[in-house]
Amino acid sequence: MSSERNRRRVLAVVAIMVAAGVLAFLAFGGIGENLVYYWSPTELEASGDKALGATIRLGGLVEPGSIQHSEDGLSLKFSVTDGEASIPISTTSVPPAMFREGVGVVVEGSVNRAGQFETHRLLVKHDNQYQAPGEGENLDMAEMMESMQFEMDEKAKEKESAE
Amino acid sequence: MTRQFKWDSGIGLLGLLLLFVGSYIGLFVAPSERYMGEVQRIMYVHVPCAWNAMLVYMLAFIFAIISLWTHRPKWDAATTAAAEVGIVLNSLLLVQGSIWARATWGVWWDWDVRLTTSLIMLLLFAGVLALRSFVHDASRRATWTAIATIVAFVDVPLVYFCVRWWRSLHQVQSTPDTVAPMMVVPLRINAFAILFIAIWMMTQRARLELDRRRQDQVSEPERLAPIGGSNNA
Repeated sequence: MSSERNRRRVLAVVAIMVAAGVLAFLAFGGIGENLVYYWSPTELEASGDKALGATIRLGGLVEPGSIQHSEDGLSLKFSVTDGEASIPISTTSVPPAMFREGVGVVVEGSVNRAGQFETHRLLVKHDNQYQAPGEGENLDMAEMMESMQFEMDEKAKEKESAE
Repeated sequence: MTRQFKWDSGIGLLGLLLLFVGSYIGLFVAPSERYMGEVQRIMYVHVPCAWNAMLVYMLAFIFAIISLWTHRPKWDAATTAAAEVGIVLNSLLLVQGSIWARATWGVWWDWDVRLTTSLIMLLLFAGVLALRSFVHDASRRATWTAIATIVAFVDVPLVYFCVRWWRSLHQVQSTPDTVAPMMVVPLRINAFAILFIAIWMMTQRARLELDRRRQDQVSEPERLAPIGGSNNA
């Protein structure tokens, strides 16, 4: 019976080691490089023609002042920025109620020949701030980027703080 | 029986009372959110369910190790109870999150890393229970359940850390600094409410598991008698 008990304890140790190993691999194995949920405007711009036509997700802030509704109200244009690059977006889908200037968005779609990103799926990303109405509203780009967890380009950050 | 009845039923009642108080403050006293409006109040059940689901799964993990180490039936019962209550909380948090997502993000679901790992978490622990139900022999069932629970637990820290490690749609954890003080109050109260209710559910479930096992042991020899011989595993 004691050998049976030892066997179980060995199993316990092995199971924990397997679990810890898998977790360590996921945490430090650089799987994040292959697990890109969205591209930043800078990355999309840098990829140039390679991104043409492919279905991708783009994440960034809605550039203040860029929202344009078409006259018939059926389509919407705006730009998504990370403070460095800015990508023009067009969509015919209805934006969520949370959609506004300076809010984080993730758009799914593709870039057409004219360099316009057409999306059929427009998601609003919100940050971890929960405040009562009228409190601490800000449209400071760097702060917004940070609270929305968008990584800002170092250059863009300097440019933003210099302004 | 009456003595046991007192302590965990007391905790369950306290949990229900706190849930009522916390939800009342959350619904009627706390301010609405500046951008999300009234729908943000779902936070007062969504976040406590998420915290407690992870906590309860962590208990399942600890119980599983003790169960493998000592091989006492009560730890096997505790592991199962924690896994099952974790599944309840996990299901709740996915449904609540989905409703909240529709109102804020604009979609019911997205294959974002936080949402995906949370769903995987549910499937893994459902798998533990499925595996458990396949094994007839109580001793082996305990061993298999414990090992499966330890392996399934790998996903729990991932659920917590993924939003910090990788890009996601889901925001990172809030802190008391990023949440209005009157929103923190109902959040905390409901967190303890769900914790107490979870403890109550786990004790009930563990006791039921032990009762079942005892019953199996009593009826086993009678069932096997006509065939002759006992099956020593």
